Parts: sequence; structure tokens; C-alpha cells
Amino acid sequence: MAETMTSTTSTPVKSMALAKAINESLRTALDTDPKVLIMGEDVGKLGGVFRVTDGLQKDFGESRVIDTPLAESGIVGTAIGLALRGYRPVVEIQFDGFVFPAYDQIVTQLAKMHARSLGKVKMPVVVRIPYGGGIGAVEHHSESPEALFAHVAGLKVVSPSNPSDAYWMMQQAIQSDDPVIFFEPKRRYWDKGEVNTEAIPGPLHKAQVVREGTDLTLAAYGPMVKLCKEVADVAAEEGRSLEILDLRSVSPLDFDSIQTSVEKTGRLVVVHEAPVFFGSGAEIAARITERCFYHLEAPVLRVGGYHAPYPPARLEEEYLPGLDRVLDAVDRALAY
Amino acid sequence: MTVESTAARTPRRSAGTTGAKSTAGKRSTAKKSPSGEPELVQLLTPEGKRVKSAEYDRFVAAITPDELRGLYRDMVLTRRFDAEATSLQRQGELGLWASLLGQEAAQIGSGRALRDDDYVFPTYREHGVAWCRGVDPSNLLGMFRGVNNGGWDPNSNNFHLYTIVIGSQTLHATGYAMGVAKDGADSAVIAYFGDGASSQGDVAESFTFSAVYNAPVVFFCQNNQWAISEPTEKQTRVPLYQRAQGYGFPGVRVDGNDVLACLAVTKWALERARGGEGPTLVEAYTYRMGAHTTSDDPTRYRHDDERAAWEAKDPILRLRRFLEASNHADEGFFAELEAESEALGRRVREAVRAMPDPDHFALFEHAYADGHALVDEERAQFAAYQASFAEAEGDN
Ligand SMILES: Cc1ncc(C[n+]2csc(CCOP(=O)(O)OP(=O)(O)O)c2C)c(N)n1
Ligand SMILES: [Mg+2]
Repeated sequence: MAETMTSTTSTPVKSMALAKAINESLRTALDTDPKVLIMGEDVGKLGGVFRVTDGLQKDFGESRVIDTPLAESGIVGTAIGLALRGYRPVVEIQFDGFVFPAYDQIVTQLAKMHARSLGKVKMPVVVRIPYGGGIGAVEHHSESPEALFAHVAGLKVVSPSNPSDAYWMMQQAIQSDDPVIFFEPKRRYWDKGEVNTEAIPGPLHKAQVVREGTDLTLAAYGPMVKLCKEVADVAAEEGRSLEILDLRSVSPLDFDSIQTSVEKTGRLVVVHEAPVFFGSGAEIAARITERCFYHLEAPVLRVGGYHAPYPPARLEEEYLPGLDRVLDAVDRALAY
Repeated sequence: MTVESTAARTPRRSAGTTGAKSTAGKRSTAKKSPSGEPELVQLLTPEGKRVKSAEYDRFVAAITPDELRGLYRDMVLTRRFDAEATSLQRQGELGLWASLLGQEAAQIGSGRALRDDDYVFPTYREHGVAWCRGVDPSNLLGMFRGVNNGGWDPNSNNFHLYTIVIGSQTLHATGYAMGVAKDGADSAVIAYFGDGASSQGDVAESFTFSAVYNAPVVFFCQNNQWAISEPTEKQTRVPLYQRAQGYGFPGVRVDGNDVLACLAVTKWALERARGGEGPTLVEAYTYRMGAHTTSDDPTRYRHDDERAAWEAKDPILRLRRFLEASNHADEGFFAELEAESEALGRRVREAVRAMPDPDHFALFEHAYADGHALVDEERAQFAAYQASFAEAEGDN
């Protein structure tokens, strides 16, 4: 969302990298709401291993930008306590593979507190997780565990694909009274795009058509949106018109937008880095089949990771969806 | 409450408590030196002077000049290997490297205290311990090059796979040690972890389990003062070795840059484990001389003068001073070692450069011991997909 407004000269539209956009968004939140806190390992002095929190401790002090002990369960568990006390913690998990010590706190406590208190207690906690592969990292630094969170009622799960969304979705996640798991596409941290910090953003959990087309719908979020654009470019050269939906939110999922698109194109390919087995694509395929059975010209196809542990770096190209694998799925869907 | 909790903190170990063994075991874990600083076990000063220790001398009393030179050689070769790995990363041959620079004494001292039948659970930085266990250095590099996620057989050298998720391995070590005790074996287990790791729940739980089950495990914490950018003060308000007291087992702080002291203290802790006296926490007080990993930029969070102060306590230099002063090593020894070092560097370099990329199908291997229908299906799809490229090429 947050389309850059075609705008007057005074509009603060800036080009910035995705990591910087999140940094700016956190800065705005710290500035405007004294209850916002940043917590995590190395987020203070270092500014985070990806520099997403760079400079924030310097400007807002150690009591608001907190270098925590090395303990993820502790980070999320104390964030829950701080939220109970009226704070709005934004916590960083250093890498996707290190969220699991906190998984207990997230699933058994954070997700359920609102329901258990019959709505008396709100949990405005944002859990930021740099996720996904493609950066040649060692084990536990390249995973896409979003389905493990989307499966849990009480959590909202989002993932921006571009700097503008990164800025605005973070604003909205912090304002949300529900816990939000905020998956940051780490391989896109350095990608630049325009951010208008005075735009009026659309709803957090609404998908966006980023390219219109007529022959087939590609649905993706986070790091895979850029790939889908490349796929659509190649397909266009072959005379095929692909529509791209940036889902932006994995839970809730904007099935209405997918349905609208599929009713037009009749074909759907879902792309994510996470394993296909029990992945978000499976849920999309099932719902869309229920909703648009008579519009579908082909089964909903999925492109994603295999049912294998995330491989060592020298094999990740084989594991991750790439241009050819998505085009292959597009061809197969169009062959029906 | 107080009476009960005091009792709970001093479990009486059932087996093997002999007078000789427990002398050191009974030392107060919170003992302070006259200056008020936590006591540091040291047998070699930074200047290379041998200092006496009533409690720990006996563990190194029988050490021969040959063995001393061996410790020196281990440290020099480990440092050389480590430096080679760092430059291989710079050259793009490795994706990442976690240097052990500065921690050679902690790793070689503890590593050489072990028997072959003992079992090691390392973090990702224990290249010196791996060396002591006879793990081929190029094995370690595979993981950092990105050709595998470990790859060696932990049982062939009783050296478990490197563990990246902080703290996890301390529980594995404890469980393994529980098994050793159940089997009635007299071997011991050692778990390595860092100052940062000491904050993890898994580490706290491993202390609890090992104490409750009196497991024959040594917790070897290398306090290198930093967990990436966070100094140890961000993890603890007491010296880390004192944590043990609350769980009911002894903790000791040893000069982690003193290979003799590390050797002696680890031997003592292993002896306790073997004798049925349960777990021990050893805090090796040392310093991470380099960056956290090759991805890190320590200039963002620490000052050079800190490094300079630790340089003066260099583990290799101090043993060299001692060897020279006591005429245990001559010029020839050092020159030969220099040549051996260079040869090791070359060997490692060549091994890494020759390391083949894994076969694509390795992706589908070993996730299950008994196989899995979906893996078979996906492997077949993958094969057909790959073959389609070959066909397309054939068509051209
Ligand atoms: C559960 C978990 N959280 C975070 C990380 C990221 N990380 C890798 S090393 C490290 C610091 C570890 O510090 P310490 O335990 O002192 O060991 P050292 O690196 O100093 O040897 C962190 C936070 C991780 N690997 N695992
Ligand atoms: Mg450390």
C-alpha cells in the first residue's frame, strides 16, 4: 500500500533501502509514542546485525532501545510483561532460525492473552524477524517459518516486499493492538524504493495488485514479489500477461483480492520460499478452489521450498524458487 | 524455606568422593581474592612465570617438556589454521568464519585435558578443541563454505557437530552425560558455551538437570567478554562462575589465556565428573581478539585499547616465554614449528579450494532415517525438472 502520491513539491518522498525504511518507521514510532520500546540482541550500540535499528539508541537512549541478554524466550516473555504494563514493545529476533526459544512464549502466551482475558488485555507487541534465504548464510539464517505462526490464532503475520510497505506496515503493526509477527525479507534489505512518509496508507492486511495481467495470477509476499516481477517480464516477452498480487499479509490472508484476480485470470500460482508442504500456498490453494472452482482453468500450483532442511548455502539456489522454476509452474498452469 | 533451600544447594554426591579428589571441590565457589576481584586460577603469568597453586598444581605436576611443547604447538597451529580460514573467507572461499583468535589457551588447555572416550559438545568456535580431538580441519571449513551443515561423524572423534543455536548443546551434553552415568562408564562430557549463551534458558536448564541427576559433565564457558556487540555486563551481574553455586555445584574462574591453568582446572573438573561428583562450571576468562565473525565490525562497539590490554596477556606468547626461560625449547623447535605452520596453512587452503560443491540431489538426502514418501516424490519431480534443462539443451 502506501502508494506514493503523485505529489506536491513539499511531500517528503525519499528513496531509501528497505532496512532504512524500517529504521525510519521505528524512529517515527519512538518519536510519536513514548510507550514504544525497541528490544533485542545487539539492537542498541551495534544497531542490529543488519543495522535496522542503527542510531536509535543514540537518539532515544538505553531505556527505550534496549540491548537485551541473549535469550529469545526472555525477550518475548518480558515484552509481554511490558505490554501488560502499557508499553508497546517492538522486539527483534536476530535471525529466523533463532525465534524458536521464544516460540513457547509467542504461541502459548502472546497469542492467547487477549482471548483468555476476554478482551481485557491487549498485546501490542511486534516481533520483527529477518527471514528467508538467498544470502549465502550458514545454518539457521535463511529460513521462512511464517506458516508456523500463521497457524496460530491470535497472531497476525505480515511481510512487506518493498521500502514503502516496510515503512507503513511497521507503523501499522506498532499501532495494532494485536501481536504482529513482522517478517522482514532480509535479502531485500538493501533494495531501494520510494517512501512517502506522509502518504495515507491502505489497510495493513490487504493485498495489492502490483502488476495487472489477464492470463494468470502470481501471488507472493516478501522476497518473492520481486522475483514474480522478473517472471512476469520474461513471460511478457513470450506474449503472456501475468497479474501479480503482493499479498503483504499472511494472516489474515486477503482471499477476496486473490478471488477477484483469479476470477479474471482463471489461473493461480503461489510462490513462497517456505516449504510447500503445509505452507501458506496450501491454504490459498484450498480456499481459492472453494471460492472460484468454476473460474479455475487449472489447478492452483505452488512453488516453494522442498520438504528438506534448509540446505547449505551452495545448494540454496536449487532449493529456493527462482525464475526458471516459477516460469515452469506458469507454463504448466497455462498448459491446462 | 531457608533451611530447605540451603540443603538443596549442597547435594551430597553418592559415589566416589575420595578425600584427595574433593579438596578442590570444596573450595568456595564465591571466593574472592584480597583485592575483592573474583579469584582467577593462574599457573602462568602473562610474563611466563610459573605460579604455584596448592589446589591445581597436582594436575600438571607430571607434565613433561615434551608435553609443554606439544601445547605450544597446538596453540600455534590452531592460530595458523584460524588465520588461514579468515583469509579464505576474505578470498570468497568461505561464506563466513568465526575466529578463535585469543582463545587458544582455553581451547587447547581444556581440549588436552580430555581422554579419548570423553565426549565434546562444541559451539561454532571450538576449532582448537576440534584440533585436539583429531577432527580434520577441512571438515570444519565445509560448514563455513556452505557445502554442508556439519558433515562429520560426531562419534568418530567424540566431537559433536558445531551448534549455532546458542546454548542448545549444553542440554545435549547433559543428556549424554546422564547416559554415561546410567551405563556406569567412567568417561566424562564437556559442554562449551559462551558468556552470551549463559543467558539462555537451555543453559539454565542444563545446569538444573545436571545437578539433579549428578551428571558427569563439565560446563566450559569461554567468557571472551563479548556476545557480538554486547559486553558480559549485559548478561550477568555476578561473575559467571558463581552461577554454579545456586545450582549446587562448584564453579571456578580460570585464566583463559593460561594454557596450563586451563589444562589443570579442566582435569580437576573431569576428575570430579568421573568420580561421581557431578557437574562443574569452569569459566575461562579470556578475550575475543577478533571480530565476532567475518561479518562483524567491532569498531562500532568497542575500543582498541581494550584489545591492546589483552594483547599483553597473549596465550601463545606467555607459554613461549616460559618455554624459553626454562630452556624447554630451542630455536630449532620454533623454526620447525614455523615451517609446520606454513605447511598446515597450505594444506588447508588447498583442501578448501578443492572442496567440490555438493551434488544437487544432496538436498533430499538424510532428512529421514527411514525415508519419507513426500521426499521421494519431490526428489523425482526435481530430477524430471533438471532433466528438462538437459533436454532443452539437447534440442538446441
Ligand atoms: C538462539 C540464538 N540466538 C541468537 C543467535 C545469534 N548469535 C550468534 S553468536 C551470538 C553471540 C554469542 O555470544 P557468546 O555466547 O558469548 O559466544 P561467542 O560468540 O562470544 O563465542 C549471537 C547472539 C544464535 N546463534 N542463536
Ligand atoms: Mg562471548
